[in-house]
Amino acid sequence: MSEEKTHVVPYKVQLLVLAALIGLTVVTVLVTRLEFGALNTLVAMLIAGVKAIIVMAWYMHLKYEKRLLPMLVAGVIIILLLVMFVTFFDYSYR
Amino acid sequence: MIEHRDDQGAKLGMWLFIFTELLLFGMLFIVYAVYRSMHPEAFRVAGEELDVTMGLINTVILLISSATVAMSITAMQQGKKTLCLSLLGTTLFLAVVFMVNKYFEWGGKFEYGLIPGGEALLELGHGTILFFGLYFFMTGVHALHILIGIGLFIYVMLKIDKDRIHQTDYIWLENTGLYWHLVDLIWIFLFPLFYLIH
Repeated sequence: MSEEKTHVVPYKVQLLVLAALIGLTVVTVLVTRLEFGALNTLVAMLIAGVKAIIVMAWYMHLKYEKRLLPMLVAGVIIILLLVMFVTFFDYSYR
Repeated sequence: MIEHRDDQGAKLGMWLFIFTELLLFGMLFIVYAVYRSMHPEAFRVAGEELDVTMGLINTVILLISSATVAMSITAMQQGKKTLCLSLLGTTLFLAVVFMVNKYFEWGGKFEYGLIPGGEALLELGHGTILFFGLYFFMTGVHALHILIGIGLFIYVMLKIDKDRIHQTDYIWLENTGLYWHLVDLIWIFLFPLFYLIH
């Protein structure tokens, strides 16, 4: 039985989030057309990261959850990034 | 009879599953990163073979479908069953459109013999073979998730129709929503990594 009050996200907020996500997608396409060299991928990944945080915070409700869940998610993502970092360096300096 | 259930626990379980999914795709992204750093030029040239417009359309389709799922949960919380079902129907439709686009996209590549193990592909350089191998595998695993999502939406919609999922018990809908957002999340990274290499 769960009697806890759940947060109802208004439609307007969800549509604003959608607009932000589509806007950032268009920005990604335009930015990668410019010639930054290797920076292009970095910028694209940073924007993708921002989009991922927006999706997780609003659509996946992490913004409205109790603290345990967001902390678990952050922990897993940090571990994932560390593994990527270490593997990459292992390959780069072999 | 008192019904025993633990929505918080169910949601935590779903998140644990999502973590395993993040690790699965995370490892694939590592493979991608390492091979791309070894063959930057081949990846750039091969990436230009992909249709940015098609990729952009599919990105927007997934983003809208994520929004409609999120809104269907709001509709459910407000007890608006018909609205909830039509929002989920929209999501289902968009998921099918995504797969149709994928069919034409992959079909176009197959016509040119760009298929894993295909003769035309094997004649190309090592880096190009790796690029298309990763492209087909990663977007393929992602597409498999879309197909599973389509099945989940049909199941959830049937349950809502029969009032097995309702205003006070909708964890099935919530967890299906979480799954769908994960699928969207992965595409957010796949799109720039494959379609937007310059």
